[in-house]
Order: sequence, then C-alpha cells, then structure tokens
Amino acid sequence: MAETAHDPIVLLEAYRRMRLIREFEERMRREVQAGTVPGFVHLYCGQEAVAVGTCMHLRDSDYIGSTHRGHGHCIAKGCDIGDMLLEIYCKQGGLCNGKGGSMHIADLRKGMLGANAIVGAAPPIAVGAALSQATRGTDGVAVSFIGDGASNQGTVAESLNMASILKLPMIFLYENNGYAEFTGISYHLGGGNIARRAAGFGMPGETVDGVDFFAVYEAVGRAVERARRGEGPSAVEAVAMRWYGHFEGDMQLYRDPHEVDRLRQTSDPLVKFEQRVTGEFGIDAEELREIDAEIRELIDDKVAAAKSAPKPPREALYTDVYGSY
Amino acid sequence: MPVKSYRDAINEALKLEMRRDPRVIVMGEDVVGGLGGSSGVAEAAGGTFGVTAGLAAEFGRKRVIDTPITESAIVGAAGGAALTGLRPVAELMFIDFIGVCLDQILNQQAKFRYMFGGRCTVPVTIRTLMGAGLGAGPQHSQSLHAMLTSIPGVKVALPSNAADAKGLLATAIRDDDPVIFCEHKFLYGESAEVPDGEYLVPFGEANVTRTGTQVTVVAFSRMVLLANKVADKLAKEGISVEVIDPRTTSPLDKDSILESVEKTGRLVVVDEAYPLCSMASEIASLVACEALDALKAPVRKVTAPHTPVPATPFLEQDWVPSVEKIEAAIRATLDRKLARAG
Repeated sequence: MAETAHDPIVLLEAYRRMRLIREFEERMRREVQAGTVPGFVHLYCGQEAVAVGTCMHLRDSDYIGSTHRGHGHCIAKGCDIGDMLLEIYCKQGGLCNGKGGSMHIADLRKGMLGANAIVGAAPPIAVGAALSQATRGTDGVAVSFIGDGASNQGTVAESLNMASILKLPMIFLYENNGYAEFTGISYHLGGGNIARRAAGFGMPGETVDGVDFFAVYEAVGRAVERARRGEGPSAVEAVAMRWYGHFEGDMQLYRDPHEVDRLRQTSDPLVKFEQRVTGEFGIDAEELREIDAEIRELIDDKVAAAKSAPKPPREALYTDVYGSY
Repeated sequence: MPVKSYRDAINEALKLEMRRDPRVIVMGEDVVGGLGGSSGVAEAAGGTFGVTAGLAAEFGRKRVIDTPITESAIVGAAGGAALTGLRPVAELMFIDFIGVCLDQILNQQAKFRYMFGGRCTVPVTIRTLMGAGLGAGPQHSQSLHAMLTSIPGVKVALPSNAADAKGLLATAIRDDDPVIFCEHKFLYGESAEVPDGEYLVPFGEANVTRTGTQVTVVAFSRMVLLANKVADKLAKEGISVEVIDPRTTSPLDKDSILESVEKTGRLVVVDEAYPLCSMASEIASLVACEALDALKAPVRKVTAPHTPVPATPFLEQDWVPSVEKIEAAIRATLDRKLARAG
C-alpha cells in the first residue's frame, strides 16, 4: 500500500473504523456508568488514529498483540463488533464465548491475538507470531501494541532484542497516552523517549503525532513494508493522550479536570482527519455524516442484541481447559 | 476496642512499622500516585485500593516510592534492598502478576539465606491481592498462595479479618525472611475490633474462630467468613462445628488442626483456590498421615474447580466456594451414606 492514503476508498474506510471505535467506546462508557457491563473496561477514545493508522496496513493474516485497552485494536483489525459486544457482556457466542470479557477479547481468524490484562505480556507473544510468519515463509507481519507504561517492562526489552537478532517481521507500536495507570510519563519513563530505545537494539524508531491518522499511517507503512521485505523489525511511538481514566470509573485525581476538555477541543483525531480529507482530498462531509448515522444505528442494534443474548451454559465453567482432576 | 476496617488496619500497621523503624520503605505501582500527572495532586491514589493512603504525606517519597509498571524490578529491587539493610514492603498489585516476577521470589529471595550459607537475612514483605468476584477475568482473580507456600524459604500469610491483618503485617515486616502477605480484595471493607498501638500476631498460630465438637473446618482468608456463617447456622440445629483459620500457610500450625480433628473426627477444608497441589490437599494429607485413626468419615475438600476464573459473572460465582457447598460438605461428613460417596 502507498505511503500516503489519498484513495477515497481507503480514506472512507479509515474514517469508518475510527468513528466506529469512538461511538463504540462512548457507548461503552455510558453502559458502564449505567452498570450494565460486568468487570473492568478501559476505553480507547482519543487514540483512534493509532489503531486505525496501523491496522489499515494489515491483512487478516497479519497478527496483532493487544493490551488491556484493546477495543480499538479489535475494531481496527476487523473484529465483528456484535461478537465483541457479546464478549464484553459475557454472553454465549462472544469472541471468547463469554469467558474472557473486555480485557481478553481475541479473534484468531482476524489475526487478533488477544487483549491482555498483564502489562507487557503481548510483545513476546507477537515476537512468536512474527517468528511463525518468517518460519512459514509468508510476507506477513506481527504488530505488538505497547502502552507507555508497558514499555518499561523487561518483556519488552527482551522482545526488542529477540526480534532484532532474528530479524523478524515485527512492529513495536508504542502507544504513548501520557499515563501508566495513575502515573505520568514524565515520572515513569527513564530517558524520556520511548522510540529512541529502539536504536539500542539496532532498529529504526520514530515518534509521530498519534492524533494525526496520516502521520501514523505513513510511519507504520514504512515499518510494515520494511518488515514484509524481510529487513527486520521497527518501532513507532504514537503520542495520543487518552481521554478517559485508566479504567472507566477511575477518579483521575492525577489529572487536571480541564485536560480532557482541552484534548477534545484541540486533539480530536476524528476532527483532525475530517478537516484534512474534506479540505485537501475532496471528501464530501455529507458522506461522513452518512457513515456516522449508519454506525450509531449499528451500535444500537448490536448493544441491544448483546444485552438480550443468552448466557453461556453453566457447564461452560468446565470446558476448554485440560484437567486431569 | 476500636473497630477498624481491614484496609485501615493494614494502613495502620504500615504506619506504625514505618515510625518504629526507618529501614522500612514501601514501594509499588501508584502506592502514592499522580507523579507526572497534570493535576499536581500530591497523592492521587494511595494504592489502587487505597491501602497506602497517607503514607507519603507522613514519611515522604523517599520512603514511599512509586515505581513504573515493572513487577520484576519492584519485587527484585525490594529483595536486593532487603539483602543490604532495608526492610522493604513491596506491593504487587494483583497476585496474578507473580507470573511476571516469579524468578525474583522463587530463585532469588527464597534462596538467598540458604544459598549464602545463612550469612544474610532477607526481610522483604510482598503485599499482594488475591481473590475472585470482581468480574475481572482469568488474569486478575486468582488465589495462588498454595503455589507460593510450596517454595522453601518464603513465608505466606493470609489474614481473614482486620485484627489479623494488622498483627500479621507487623510480624511480616519484622520477620527476617521473605513474606508473601495475601490480602483478599473482598475483605477491605470488612471491619472488626483492632487494638490500637503495637499489635503482633505470631506466624504459625492458628485462630479457632468457632469452637465445636463434631466437625473441624479449616478455612483460609475470606473463606473463614463463610465457614463461620455456616457454623453459626448449623449450631442452631445442634450441629457443632469448629472453624480453624491457620492465618499463615507457611509456617502452618499443624498441631491446632490435628488436635481439633482428634476431637471431632471429621474434617472439611475450604479454600478459594485451585484444587490440585493445594492447601486443601496439603491439610487432607497432613491428617491422613498423622491422624488417620481419628477420622470417622472421609475428608471433604471445598475448593474452586480445576479451571481458570471465568469473566462471566454467574460462572465466576460458581467458581468460588459458597456457603451452600460448605454446608453440604459438613453435612456429608456427618452422614454415613453421603460420607462414603466422596
């Protein structure tokens, strides 16, 4: 795929996925507040351009490893939102048959290797997926999404090194959203720059504006092409602050209450995208409004379906696990 | 005696030990919270569940240290600091994360004193959170105390009430060996009478929470509350149940368990944990090896099934041992026909 997306089909698809993530997450936020969603939910709003700018380069046969904040990655990678919602509501037929919930959504058919509730657990798994691609002789790649908090885990350093020495088709996609749970990046990140760490492992690393779809799309495009050519791994750090708490319900005492208002006004990836595509690439804003309406209706339908879907059978507690007991 | 919550009792033990001994430090993810944040709030968390609230204000950030999300470094550094003169209390946010840092416990801290010929102490306390029921799924809901209990060189405490939480934590901090201190996430709001000032509960001394003559129930952590409830219910029917809370699994107060079973002749073990290689099988084995003749009925184990903890709320409720299952197990030991049915 070209480094810049000027093709209206690509642009409209990128918009559709970003809008779908936004509306999905805003709806999840309201549902969590209304008490309809079990467990913990970590919202992706504000970071839509990162997942979509990355996954627009990927095929179903490419892999992604995700995080606890995984809804956006799932949608960007093409997971069915009806099946995601069934999972979030822990219902029969959900992507994990209701046994994983929000923090563990996986869809192997789409190359989605799982949201993950262990910080820093996905990169080694993604290294394995990249190794699998290389061993099987495909031109497929693996991407690991890694939060700024996770970037400090030992597993990340080990994965960078292994991907480097094995020259694997892997992209370390750092999502710097400003906070590791309740602690800001200026405190938790030694050296002050995530992308620069890649140089120590002999791979390119660059930092881009994660609010700007095009910046993410172009940087990841270079990394994916390099990986598909067999030239080895790359790192991309996309900076996009999260709009909401670590989890929905987080009091966020660590944040200036006006910070999110400012972000909404100045750093909305969807607004930024729309301004550029309507101004520069001749997309009609009306077309985008049609997409918006379709998505709202789709989410209404799928949330209603998930809420009324049957629970898994009681025996499901004992299935899908080896047990000699 | 003043009534305090389990959460406040742990907080009080930390404060008292930090006042008493300047070598005591606290470290972990968001034990203070908010550094680098845009609000400038001095303490934005005080621990994910508020257990370390107010520590930074009193002792300063040199002794109450926020760390990155790096469990190997948190637990490993606490071990290294313990080896070199401090008495660190490290917080591992959920016991599930033991998977991230197990080497630092299993092969490092647990081995140092033995491997170095007894020429060191390793006074580190790892506070961590166990238990299912929040719908948090397979990676945030486990109870892994039995696995840790199997490691020589570490001690494991599981307080079931606020007073024990205070007394056991003070003992843990003063202990010269590594101690894993397992707090149950559903006990933080539970209150009990807790002595003010210095209060120590020795390790390896069980607490008999209900005295009885017909059945011995050994229960751990939150399961003690459930076992007490069942014992109270059955007492009204004239069934006399003794409930024993070992409080620490390593060291384990074998004598209290054996003495009770010698008296009652019946044993039920209740633990919110996997059943294989578990505390339930360990206690059953203890009684089989040392008090078999006393048994009038087969031992009953009430544990979670041998499956991960599902996110699905009603399945998660099935996973956790319930008062109904405990009651059924007690009745089974008293019923000749049921007792033999296993």
